[in-house]
Amino acid sequence: MDFTFDLNTIWFILIGVLLAGYAILDGFDLGVGTLHLLNKSDYDRRIMLNSIGPVWDGNEVWLVTGGGALFAAFPHVYATVFSGFYTAFMLLLFVLIFRAVSIEFRSKRDNKRWRQMWDIAFSVSSILIAFLAGIALGNIVQGIPLGPDKEFTGNFWTLINPYAILVGITTVALFMMHGAIYAVMKTEGEIQQKIQGWINNTIIFFVICYVSVTMATLVYQPHMTSHFRDFPPAFIIATLNMLAIANIPREIHHRREFRAFLSSCASILALMALFAIGIFPNLVLSNPNPQYSLNIYNAASSLKTLKIMLTIAIIGIPFVLTYTISIYWVFRGKVKLDTTSY
Amino acid sequence: MDVEILSRIQFAFTASFHYIYPPLSIGLGVILVIMEGLFLKTKNKLYHEMTRFWVKVFALTFAMGVATGIVLEFEFGTNWASYSRFVGDIFGSALAAEGIFAFFLESGFLAILVFGWNKVGPKTHFFSTIMVSLGSMFSAVWIVVANSWQQTPAGYHLMGEGLQTRAEITDFWEMVFNPSSMERLAHTLGGAWLAGAFLVISVSAFYLLKKRHVEFAQSSLKIGLVVVLFASFFQLFTGHQSALGISGYQPAKLAAFEAHYDSAKPGDLYLFGWVDDERQQVNLSVKIPGGLSFLLYGDASKPVTGLNDFPVSDRPPVNAVFQSYHFMVGTGIFIILVTLTSIIFWWRGILFQKYWLLKILVFSVLAPQIANQLGWFSAEVGRQPWIVYGLMRTSEGLSKAVSAGQTLFSLILFTLIYLLLFILFIFLLDRKIKQGPEATGDLASTYEQKRQSVDDLPLGNKSS
Repeated sequence: MDFTFDLNTIWFILIGVLLAGYAILDGFDLGVGTLHLLNKSDYDRRIMLNSIGPVWDGNEVWLVTGGGALFAAFPHVYATVFSGFYTAFMLLLFVLIFRAVSIEFRSKRDNKRWRQMWDIAFSVSSILIAFLAGIALGNIVQGIPLGPDKEFTGNFWTLINPYAILVGITTVALFMMHGAIYAVMKTEGEIQQKIQGWINNTIIFFVICYVSVTMATLVYQPHMTSHFRDFPPAFIIATLNMLAIANIPREIHHRREFRAFLSSCASILALMALFAIGIFPNLVLSNPNPQYSLNIYNAASSLKTLKIMLTIAIIGIPFVLTYTISIYWVFRGKVKLDTTSY
Repeated sequence: MDVEILSRIQFAFTASFHYIYPPLSIGLGVILVIMEGLFLKTKNKLYHEMTRFWVKVFALTFAMGVATGIVLEFEFGTNWASYSRFVGDIFGSALAAEGIFAFFLESGFLAILVFGWNKVGPKTHFFSTIMVSLGSMFSAVWIVVANSWQQTPAGYHLMGEGLQTRAEITDFWEMVFNPSSMERLAHTLGGAWLAGAFLVISVSAFYLLKKRHVEFAQSSLKIGLVVVLFASFFQLFTGHQSALGISGYQPAKLAAFEAHYDSAKPGDLYLFGWVDDERQQVNLSVKIPGGLSFLLYGDASKPVTGLNDFPVSDRPPVNAVFQSYHFMVGTGIFIILVTLTSIIFWWRGILFQKYWLLKILVFSVLAPQIANQLGWFSAEVGRQPWIVYGLMRTSEGLSKAVSAGQTLFSLILFTLIYLLLFILFIFLLDRKIKQGPEATGDLASTYEQKRQSVDDLPLGNKSS
């Protein structure tokens, strides 16, 4: 394959950056959600919830903007994937709605049943969002049946297959680990010790999933490895990924939570990079009939739009990074409950 | 029912339900900037108390807006895939720009607005309030630009043939400043200011009737009234400008607004009526003959393009558009009358003794909501049968991969979930209002209190 660094490639990378940003940022708040019910006391649950309180909403904006950017840069992917994955995607939207309102509603009443109900909604929706995102990712890797008119020809059950489910579970495991590390960083005292105890289990769970997915990919999705054969330096990313994962227990052991969290972020970034290198230049692989695949050229907007959008991105990104960093800076340190908390 | 009508119902329902909340956020945002600005200027604790109370209401409406808005970001792809392929080049850029320029700004500073009282100084907090308010309005800018392009496409050319045809951008600024975008944006923002301000007025009038938080309520009500005085006349002006634009660019829509069929005749202005589309007449009506011509051209005898200039297949459903448009205008006039009456009594110093008026003000919160919904209904149904005016029919924009059964399934679930959310929203809003503004205590303890131990707080409930 010839690699040319053109506008289409830049947009492939930018969409990847937005989705990786989403996975890293919303990943930890979804992860905190997956662990939410393990806390039994209302106080501990509030601490967990408020550790993500000021930031979860901004994290979700990465997904929304990713969706908008996909629509603008690769409208055929936006159209094919969301109409093709209709039922699965509607389920995802419903759980996204429930998660957003359960965070907002939960602590508004002092009633045990009320809080229990929203705690369950929050946790279950967090798990399902991670799982469904993984299902989507797994299907993109494996390929979905497309027709010559770029339309999806399968049905809901086409999407539910062993490989996709495995990627789904791995995504849940990854976010659990990522969320647990974030929670340790944001808490202190008793609750911190308790979460510290969960971290090793989440790491073990994730590593088992990670190894299984890697094997399954090598065996059943050999097309994902072709760029790594053609361009061996890309394997450095795979190595860095493993080193980043291996570094997490080490940092946790030395109680350097922030560095553990950075390692976890790095491993998510590396996983997204491996995925992107694997599918490039395709965005949606057609399986069977690979000639109908949507790639960065046949699914793209006009060059004029890609250029305009790049200008918008270049103007916007410095602002976005400034707000994001400032907000995390303002809310740095351990969580404290006060009258404004959830 | 077929997939087209189901998809249209679903989009209309999810968009209408979503549109309860963003106008409240935009309107409340402006009011928060005014209140907090007054606090910083006067150091009067009352304004601080007001800001803190309304921030909580703002947070609730904002959360509902986020939860229901995410659906819309993806619904073009799920239900209108062919439309998405056709307009992605143009429409997608506006959505992406909304994400980058509005949502990040809004959601980032919202964190400080809601949770940052003890983390930053008063000036930084005020700055965040302004940024959230600006962010909510930027969001309106991009989404109205995108929608206006569907109404009055500009700055594009068509590429490809048959099913492969798509609109490609030729001039970004021409697309952004398409013929209807600025006046529609102004009209949308005015409607949003009214929605937020009337919520404040309504709650304040409720407190005054109950004789609770009197000082707080009087002051909030006055701020709300100043905003609606400006916004309601602004709506009169922008509405008129919008109608002028529609007469130039979407004559079939304007003709449907007033059920005007014959292009040789001057247009009449109806106060109300019921359109009989087959006989092309308006029954049970009261009208000002030539009124439409007069408003458009300043000359009551000048003819106006009528529906008969368009083939039946290119006309919107006339009576539905007529009714929603007239009820919108009627609600707008009601808003102006209520506002002027309240302002006159305020000026004479007897507003707070007029219980009948306060009672009307409690319910006035519904008026801008109804007018906003009807306005969008007129604009979107009036555009039919086009999804992009003159370029693509709504029936051509559907997703080919989605069946009627799937759409029915999602529509039923949306209905159930949104009904539940709406009940919970009203329930929590009602509680928040009944709880009322809390005493904020000493300024130092709210703005400048540093790390406080959790055990000192009244809220930490370790048991249960």
